[in-house]
Amino acid sequence: MSSEAKVAESYVEKPKTLAELGEDIATGRTKATDLAASYFDRIDRVNPRLNVYLSLTKERALAQAASVDAAAAKGDPLGPLAGIPVGIKDVLVMQGAPATAGSKVLQGYRPPYDATSVSRLEAAGAVLLGKINCDEFAMGSSNENSAYGPVRNPVDTERVPGGSSGGSAAAVAANMAVATLGSDTGGSIRQPASFCGVVGVLPTYGRVSRYGLIAYASSLDRVGPFAANVRDAATLLGVIAGFDPKDATSSPAPVPDFAAESDKPAEGLRIGVPAEYFGEGLDPEVRAAIEKGIDQLKAAGCSVKPVSLPHTRYAIPTYYLVATAEASANLARFDGVRYGPRSQDSGTLSDMYRHSRDEGFGAEVKRRIMLGTYALSAGYYDAYYLKAQQVRRLLAEEFLRAFAEVDAIVTPTSPVPAFKLGEKTGDPLAMYLADIYTVTASLAGICGVTVPCGETRAGLPVGMQVLATHLNEATAFRVARAVEAAQN
Amino acid sequence: MTTKVTVEDVARVAELAHMELTPAETAGMLHDLNAILDYAAQLNELDTTGVVPLAQVSELGDASASVPRPDVVLPSLDRDVVMAQAPETDQAFFKVPKVIER
Repeated sequence: MSSEAKVAESYVEKPKTLAELGEDIATGRTKATDLAASYFDRIDRVNPRLNVYLSLTKERALAQAASVDAAAAKGDPLGPLAGIPVGIKDVLVMQGAPATAGSKVLQGYRPPYDATSVSRLEAAGAVLLGKINCDEFAMGSSNENSAYGPVRNPVDTERVPGGSSGGSAAAVAANMAVATLGSDTGGSIRQPASFCGVVGVLPTYGRVSRYGLIAYASSLDRVGPFAANVRDAATLLGVIAGFDPKDATSSPAPVPDFAAESDKPAEGLRIGVPAEYFGEGLDPEVRAAIEKGIDQLKAAGCSVKPVSLPHTRYAIPTYYLVATAEASANLARFDGVRYGPRSQDSGTLSDMYRHSRDEGFGAEVKRRIMLGTYALSAGYYDAYYLKAQQVRRLLAEEFLRAFAEVDAIVTPTSPVPAFKLGEKTGDPLAMYLADIYTVTASLAGICGVTVPCGETRAGLPVGMQVLATHLNEATAFRVARAVEAAQN
Repeated sequence: MTTKVTVEDVARVAELAHMELTPAETAGMLHDLNAILDYAAQLNELDTTGVVPLAQVSELGDASASVPRPDVVLPSLDRDVVMAQAPETDQAFFKVPKVIER
């Protein structure tokens, strides 16, 4: 590590593993209530600098921790996440707790119900610490679009944590939670996980219920976990995955024991490497780290071969047309009628709609609503929205062809490591291009895991993205475990 | 797809989206929309004749096809609980400014 890294202000601290903490709590060596209190202490200390948590749910957390302690004392069976402190991205609702989606338009809203992923975590024993900062309505790649200020990267506080789930990634990197939930529409779990040096999971579309997720782009939105290691991320996914009658897009497919699957060696797996992800714009240090990771997979007994994904270069425009069109429809509901503040300066109904929205939405949200409304408007629908949906099929089909030949595809998660705060805020298109390696899997509905894979000379984390076909998260976890094992 | 977005387009689209942009926001939006749509114009390089649009991906994975639920009424959130979150209600309905002038 160079001297530059040592100068940077760092808040990195690795949480204990689920296995270690589970043992501590089951034997009574650590009380869940004490563990929760120690996390709230750490949050009090470092949150003023990192701006990760927007609100804390202390009462609920301590009540849950107390019931875990009572169960442990009686020797009752404990859930797979008993007493584990977990943070929730503030686009998922928790009953009675603020749900801002990083926006002023929902200020004061207290949702009357829990998201399915949230209630499943709690049923497994997790202690929910609070709601975590993110880009407004999950629209952004740097967390600088939050109405409540940017999150700082725990590795280097002058840099962004990535986005939109930047807070969820930073929380795990800085040990402000053992694990967190985020959402990923075009890369919003994978890119921040790679920027902060943690593991992030994009589950298959439909694998995890979106009931209680504040919608951005419904044909793309997914809920997924962050953790400090691959096995713990697999455990989290196992808890939140599975059919939910409250989400019409939820998959009825059976859920494997992902943690046990991740224990299987990667030996014999066929790994595809797409040249399209190693071209112009890829930082040379990121490239070197990923190439080293690929060599490590070979050493672990994987076979590596090139695969071709020629439509990759069309993924960014396709994504931004599809996602913004859906966003313009989803965000129509924020109009000052049912929740959030209403503009007081309104004589007529349409003035009230307009002023409530003008005052509530930030610049990037307005930009995406405008782009999406334009792409859907009469005279432009065929040229933009329909065209993008056609290209989306081409992108999805070429992934399916590639997965007929390989078990997993590996790429860099992001073309660059974490950039500086303010570096890209003046140029929306440059910010969109940061998503170039992640939007493809989003459009195709396939799954993936990003795993730390070395770092730059300045000490910035590099993430390898491991993609697998629909419902094949188990394979992505196995490959990610092999990469992870080779780093130590 | 290379049509330039004009100030009038921005105003029309803002109206469709129930937003009202300031002159400064309009200028920025004009620049950004044109830059993004110019970039998106590269999709025109692809011949997509006969390609069926992909509206949602559940059809792609065998086991992920979504199943319609039975058409039966199930309990839902209590009205009082939901109305409590609204800026203005009369307990039964959401109240809004007058819609029809007479």
